[in-house]
Amino acid sequence: MNSTTNEIIKEKEYTTLNLGPTHPATHGIFQNVMKMDGELIVEAEPTIGYIHRAFEKLAERRPFSQITPITDRMNYCSSPINNMGWHMTAEKLAGIEIPKRVQYLRVIIMELSRIADHIICNSVIGVDSGAMTGFLYVFQWREDIYEIFEELCGARLTTNIGRIGGLERDFSQKAWLKIERLLKDLPGGLKEFENLLVRNRIFMDRTIKCGPISADRALAYGFTGPNLRAAGVDYDVRVMNPYSSYQDFDFIVPIGTNGDTYDRFMVRENEMWQSMSIIKQAMEKLDRLDDKTSFHAEVPEYFLPEKDEVYNTMEGLIWHFKIIMGETQMPKGEVYHSVEGGNGELGFYLVSDGGRTPYRLHFRRPCFIYYQAYPEMVKGAFLSDAILTMSSMNVIAGELDA
Amino acid sequence: MEFFLIKLVLVLIVFLVSLGVAAYSTYAERKIAAFLQDRVGPDRAGPFGILQPLADGLKMFMKEEIIPTHADKFLFILGPCIMMMTASMTGVIIPWGHGLEINGTFYPVQITDINIGILYVFGVVSIGVYGIMIGGWASNNKYSLMGAIRASSQMISYELAMGMAIIALIMTTGTLSVREIVEQQHGIHWNIFTQPLGVIIFIICAFAECNRTPFDLPECETELVGGYHTEYSSMKLGFYLFAEYINMFISSAIISSLYFGGYNFPFIDQLGLSPNMLSMLGTLIFFGKIFFFIFFFMWVRWTIPRFRYDQLMHLGWRVMIPLAIVNILGTGVYVLFKNGQLHF
Repeated sequence: MNSTTNEIIKEKEYTTLNLGPTHPATHGIFQNVMKMDGELIVEAEPTIGYIHRAFEKLAERRPFSQITPITDRMNYCSSPINNMGWHMTAEKLAGIEIPKRVQYLRVIIMELSRIADHIICNSVIGVDSGAMTGFLYVFQWREDIYEIFEELCGARLTTNIGRIGGLERDFSQKAWLKIERLLKDLPGGLKEFENLLVRNRIFMDRTIKCGPISADRALAYGFTGPNLRAAGVDYDVRVMNPYSSYQDFDFIVPIGTNGDTYDRFMVRENEMWQSMSIIKQAMEKLDRLDDKTSFHAEVPEYFLPEKDEVYNTMEGLIWHFKIIMGETQMPKGEVYHSVEGGNGELGFYLVSDGGRTPYRLHFRRPCFIYYQAYPEMVKGAFLSDAILTMSSMNVIAGELDA
Repeated sequence: MEFFLIKLVLVLIVFLVSLGVAAYSTYAERKIAAFLQDRVGPDRAGPFGILQPLADGLKMFMKEEIIPTHADKFLFILGPCIMMMTASMTGVIIPWGHGLEINGTFYPVQITDINIGILYVFGVVSIGVYGIMIGGWASNNKYSLMGAIRASSQMISYELAMGMAIIALIMTTGTLSVREIVEQQHGIHWNIFTQPLGVIIFIICAFAECNRTPFDLPECETELVGGYHTEYSSMKLGFYLFAEYINMFISSAIISSLYFGGYNFPFIDQLGLSPNMLSMLGTLIFFGKIFFFIFFFMWVRWTIPRFRYDQLMHLGWRVMIPLAIVNILGTGVYVLFKNGQLHF
């Protein structure tokens, strides 16, 4: 540059764009303050806490059985997994041995809700990239899964399914029929959805290299679940630290290579097929088990007795009263239990001082961790990429803020 | 006097038909979307929901009109007006049918046959960009502004490729008058057979001009909330939405007249019908073609995702325009060869 020219150095101005808290693409209430250079994102600053409900503090005042409904409201796309994770944590603390049959039934419930969770995430990636139709195709199967939940526990979204010590009731005949029908129909529907998007040129252009994260960075942030696997790390709690007899099942842990939106989409897509195979295996294993009736462990101090027992025996009445009033004492101790949630490793760190409520309960919520990496992932990307990155990470506001 | 009366009636008819088709396009869009997505679609207003467009229109009228305090009031109102005006102006040069002969006088079914008809369409469509740009700018909202910027850059880029596709067409037809172009395609001598590449370029650009998926970036709801019409409500929003459907109708009409024979159809001479009958049949067939293209617009919309901004620009400048230039060169060689000025 010629030094004699008289130039005015003007600092470049950027636009500040408030993406959220109520924006159609955020799928929940969280805010991103973005510094934009035209369509490009220079800097993103996430804000959290819009639906913080102080679950951890609430849990300190609640008896163990009453914490289950709280877990429903974290990742509400796959609440059964949250419920099961919490029950298993409490069982681990109390040292309750769960019968094989119940473990397999739980696996079926968890895999069903994993399919429901991935259906939402993947179809919403489609919606955010402009393809609305696929979303409506697969939502039918999510509806079918919710009907199964309804059959199992009476609720659909916030299921509050199962109890400490087992399930509140056995699977009904109708539930089995619905599961069988789902396993028969879902592959066709999923195939149709994949045909619509997986090799679609526009979809591939939109998602490949969109919001990538390297395996190193992902591990450094503490990523788990599909988002870490998309980056190429084969970490799956179901394999690494099996719970509820996952070691009995034979399944593949799909991994990606680039950690971009397309890989996250494909990892979830493949996990759905694996989940279907796990459910089939669980049903076969249940057929081979001698135990055909048990749906809970024999732990009267934690598991609500039958109504018949409550009305006709004194012990039943006492246990019923104690459990309902939340007066059962838990042993003293400190446990960590984690399950492979729809979004990643969902952990429960529980400290009990031997009272009726936990002394401290921490939820390790994968969304909270993913969202920290969000500014780094969208830096320098287009606005459209930012939207797709967010939906492909499946950040659920309920779980983020807890 | 009689001339003016006939033209007035024709103007009214064309205006009402475009409004009617646009209104029922919204219904068709919802029904076709429902069909493609395994749903039922609107079915409450009247049998099969046939009165849905009226209900929608009524709703738009009854809604509270909100003009943001920080918006420029005059420009805010001007935006949708320009959009609606330009949308309904383009129907003027389209020949809806060959014409009727009554008592020895020939009445062409076309409002006016300007000898630069195609240029007129381009001019009017280009003004349409101002409707979006002014509306988005006057709203004083960042999302609206981004939508407006996207819309204007997209429409300007794609107009270039569209114009070049038309240049190649004009090289073969030798006229700018839409009526003459249609007349030349008598029977099955449709321009699609001489301009296969041009058709593809023109249709893709028409999608971009109408802001339809995969080019619906200006209003993609997942990124920009509502795009350039985020701040609009009531009938002003209705105007924007309505203008889009009129544009779609006119685009379909132009695609079918320029490349798919307009009101011509195969075996037109072998039917042995009177000229008036043939003309009326031609109009029906022309509308059939238009409806097919409207369906095509909707079919594409509900099937594929949309582009990203840079990919859209990439496609416009680095794929469509070079292709259009190649098309012009190819057409030049073809025309020379046809005229016998080129010998191999």
